[in-house]
Amino acid sequence: MAVALATVALQSLEPEFFDWVWLRENFSEEVWPAVIGHLYLSLVSVGIALAISLPLGVLVARYRRLYAPVLFVTGFLFTIPSLALFAFLVAAGVGIGPRPVIIGLVSYSLLVLIRNVVTGIDSVAPETIDAARGMGLTNRQILFRVELPLALPVIVAGIRIATVTVIGIAVIGAFIAGGGLGQLIFDGIDRNFPTLVLTGAVMATLMAIFADVALLLVERYMRPWARRARGAN
Amino acid sequence: MLDGIIETLQRPTYPGLLWTHVQLSVLGTLLGILISVPVALAVRNTPLGAAIAVNVGNLGRAIPSLALLAIVFPFLGFGFAAPLIALTALAVPPILINASTGLREVRQEVVDAARGMGLSEGQILTRIQLPIAVPVIFAGVRTSAVQVVASATLATFIGGGALGDLIVEGFSRGDTAILLAGALSVAALAILTEVLFEVLERTFTPKGLKIAQQRRSG
Repeated sequence: MAVALATVALQSLEPEFFDWVWLRENFSEEVWPAVIGHLYLSLVSVGIALAISLPLGVLVARYRRLYAPVLFVTGFLFTIPSLALFAFLVAAGVGIGPRPVIIGLVSYSLLVLIRNVVTGIDSVAPETIDAARGMGLTNRQILFRVELPLALPVIVAGIRIATVTVIGIAVIGAFIAGGGLGQLIFDGIDRNFPTLVLTGAVMATLMAIFADVALLLVERYMRPWARRARGAN
Repeated sequence: MLDGIIETLQRPTYPGLLWTHVQLSVLGTLLGILISVPVALAVRNTPLGAAIAVNVGNLGRAIPSLALLAIVFPFLGFGFAAPLIALTALAVPPILINASTGLREVRQEVVDAARGMGLSEGQILTRIQLPIAVPVIFAGVRTSAVQVVASATLATFIGGGALGDLIVEGFSRGDTAILLAGALSVAALAILTEVLFEVLERTFTPKGLKIAQQRRSG
């Protein structure tokens, strides 16, 4: 529906305002690489953030005293406006290009991911863990066979929020030459070419909404008990 | 380096940039409240309307902030109006979601009981629904405000001024001091907003609710 709406909105504009011919002729050369670059930035960042957050979240869920400081630091990172964070990274000598952008995107994802790993593990009923222990499972087995699988829907919910956030902030990363869809927006503003600005903005919006909806479906799929309960009503 | 940062902060143009940033943020958030709260109030008693409001809000939250600015820009051009409209659109979803869910958190039986006691729709709203929903709405306003302050930095890309100008200037001139002066100002403003709302939330939470919250978490 969003695609249809966007198409109608764009088609109603005057031809010189949105140049469909340009878009058709340059899609595979200018737009598509930006889409791929944006996907690459987002996926790599969420992947790295997940590789940090999963073990850290498990650790923090065990050693509760660490949770407050971890939340404070990641919450602080989350509050810093993205353009300022990118500026700090450039000033700190990380340079420009995809690397500082990925570092920035990873730091924005940590809060949501770690919080959801801990919330997910917390949501496992103590009786379930007692039962597992009674069946003779070791701590490691309890973690991998009971706690993490039961925490998975909450963790996926975190991945969804992190992914949508990262896709949005990656647009800004084009300012420090990270590439992706933001590059189309900046180029369009520089060249005074609205078609390019709108294409970048609409594609980024569609990508974010698509990721949101797709991961929401994954999340629902992972809660079969919730589906069953709703079916019973 | 420190000298360069201080020099930038002492420029005669600095207060103007700061003021534009504050104006954009405050107006954007206020307009966001003025749009979302009436909509949430209008749909509060219709499940379908509330569901639509929440879903529109959820979709809206996914829209990248720079994309919003970029979509508005070709229509309004450089200046104050384009970023203000984009920031307003950015402020709407969190407040709309929280106001709709907050107003619907009141159980239907409670509303029915109030109606049975002879309370008018207006009385039900002001005496029952709003007092329960206000903390939730406030949390939405906080989320929006912090987001708007951060995104007002991006106004510089479409000629809206504000503190982002310093970041762009420092970056394009390769001047780390100017770059840092801008980044530090923006970060300080965002953190200040967060702290301000934290204090407001604590000050205005009724004593009874605080006790209830402690009991729930304890």
